Amino acid sequence: MTTTTKPATPPATTGRRRVGPGALALRQGRLEITQFLRSRESVVFTMGFPIIMILIFASIFDGTIGGGVKFTQYFITGMIATGLMTVSFQNLGIWIPIERDRGVLKRYRGTPMPKWVWFAGKVIMVVVIGVAETALLLAVAVALFDLDLPATAGKWFTFGWVAVLGVTACTLCGIAISSLARTARSGSAVVTPVSLVLQFISGVFFVFTDLPTWMQQVAALFPLKWMCQGLRAVFLPESFGAQEPGGSFELGRVALVLALWCLIGLALCLTTFRWTTKRDG
Amino acid sequence: MDDELAISVRGLRKAYGDNVAVAGVDLDVRRGEVFALLGPNGAGKTTTVEILEGYRQRDAGEVSVLGTDPGLVLGSRPRGPRAGAPRTSRGQAADWRSRVGIVLQGTGEFDELTVAEVVRHFSGFYPEADDPDKVVERVGLGAKANARTHTLSGGQKRRLDVALGIIGRPELLFLDEPTTGFDPEARREFWELIRDLAAAGTTIVLTTHYLDEAESLADRVGVIAAGRVIEVAPPDLLGNRQDALATVSWRTPEGTPETAQSATPTALVAELAARFGGEVPGLTVTRPTLEDVYLSMIGH
Repeated sequence: MTTTTKPATPPATTGRRRVGPGALALRQGRLEITQFLRSRESVVFTMGFPIIMILIFASIFDGTIGGGVKFTQYFITGMIATGLMTVSFQNLGIWIPIERDRGVLKRYRGTPMPKWVWFAGKVIMVVVIGVAETALLLAVAVALFDLDLPATAGKWFTFGWVAVLGVTACTLCGIAISSLARTARSGSAVVTPVSLVLQFISGVFFVFTDLPTWMQQVAALFPLKWMCQGLRAVFLPESFGAQEPGGSFELGRVALVLALWCLIGLALCLTTFRWTTKRDG
Repeated sequence: MDDELAISVRGLRKAYGDNVAVAGVDLDVRRGEVFALLGPNGAGKTTTVEILEGYRQRDAGEVSVLGTDPGLVLGSRPRGPRAGAPRTSRGQAADWRSRVGIVLQGTGEFDELTVAEVVRHFSGFYPEADDPDKVVERVGLGAKANARTHTLSGGQKRRLDVALGIIGRPELLFLDEPTTGFDPEARREFWELIRDLAAAGTTIVLTTHYLDEAESLADRVGVIAAGRVIEVAPPDLLGNRQDALATVSWRTPEGTPETAQSATPTALVAELAARFGGEVPGLTVTRPTLEDVYLSMIGH
C-alpha cells in the first residue's frame, strides 16, 4: 500500500521566502491603512472632523485671545488633540468590536501570525493616519487662518513627545475599551459619548480656564486635557503659561499623566482583550 | 501518540457554568481520512471542534491534534488537569497553526478589501503557502478576485473562507458547516474541491447538517448527541443500516400502492416478478437513508 502524503510540492512554491516578523507587521499595517482609506465614513469622520471643526471655530472666533495672539492659535491645540484621540481611541474603540463580531479577529487567531503583529498593524495605521491628519490640519490652518507654526526646535520636540505619548495612551485605551462593546454596533455607543464629554470638559471647544473648576478637575483625570495643555505650550507664547490652572504649562506633569495612562491602558489591554465575542466563549 | 492518527480525543469534557456542552467525548481521526461530525444544534459539535482547533480550553480529557495538545497552543494558561504543564513555545504554536487549516462557521468579512488582497495577505502568514491566485481560482472565485469582499454573495463568501482555510496547505483541515447557504450546483463543486484535497492527502474534519454531504464525502461519520459521541462508522454502516429491513414498494394491477418490509428483498422482488409475469409496476427497493438512521439515533 502506498501511503498518501502531502501533495507533491511544485518547485515554484518551495523556494518561497518566509516573511519575517517585521515585514509581517508592515504588511499588516499596510492592510489596515488600505482598509481605513477605502472606508468613506472613516476618512470623512475621523480625518475630516478636526478640519471641519477648525474651519468652523476659526471662522466664528476670528479675533485675538489677548496679546495679539489669534484665537486660531488656541483652538488648533484642541483640534490636534481631538484629531489624535479620534484616530486612535475612537477609531479603534469602534472598529475592533466590528471586526471581533464579524469573526475577523478569530480568523487571525487561527493562523500562525504572531498575536503582536495584529496590534502592530493597528498601531502603524493609527500613527500614519494620525500624522497625515495632523499635517493636513496644520496646512489648512496655516493656509486659511495664518496659523503660526512652532518656531523653535524645542517646541517641535515638545509637540513630538506630547503627540507620541498622547496617541500611545489613546491607542491602548481604545483597544481596552473595545472589549466593553458586546456587539459590533455597540462600539460607537460606548466610545462616542466618552470622547464627546472629554472634548467638552478638556478645553477643546472652550477656553479651558473658563470652565467651572470642578469640571477642570474632572478633566484633569483624563489624558485629553493634558494633551491639549502640552500642545498649548507648543502653539502659544511662553507668557500664556501663567494663565493655566497650575500657573505654567506643567510639561513635567503632562508627561507624567500621559505616561500613567499608557500604563493603565496597557494593563487593561493585557487583562481584558478578547479575540472572540462573549457569546463565542 | 499513534502516527496514523491525526486526532485523538479521550474523555473530553467542557462545561459553561452548569451547562455541560461536552460530556466525555472519545474520538479518533486517522490521517488522510474525511471525517464527518454530525449532531443536532447544541449537541457539542462546535465546542468539540473549537477545542480541537485551539480556540477553547477544555475542562478535562486528553486531546492530541497532529501530535500536539491544542490547549497549550491556545496560549492562555492551561487549567484543570494540565495546570502547570509547560506552555508550547511561540515557534511550536505557530508551526502547529501552520499545519492546521480552519474554516469557521459564519463568514469573516473583510469589508473594503478584495478577494485577492485578503488571500494574498493571509498567504504571508504560512511558511508553505500555496500560490494565492491559484487558490482563488481553485475555490471558484477567479472571476471575483478583484471584487470587494462585502459585495460577494453568501456562497462566494464561504468560498473565500475555504480559500483562507487552505492557503497554508494544511495537513488537517477543519470545515464547520461549510456549505450552508450554497445552491445545489455550488455544493457539488465544493464537494469536488474537498475530494481533491482529500485525494492529495489532506485530513478533513467536517461538521454538517446535510446528511447527503456526509454520505458523499466522508470515509467515516461520528454522531454526537448530548455531548457524547454515540456512534462512529462509515456512512453506509451507521446504525446497522445495511442490516435494516428493506422497504419494497410496487403497484397492484388495480393501481393501489403496496409496501412491504423485508429482510429478503431479492426474494420478494423475484416473487413479484413471477406474479406480474415480468416488469413490476412502480417497483422501488430502499434501505433506511442516512437521515432516517441519524434521526432515530438522536431520538426522533
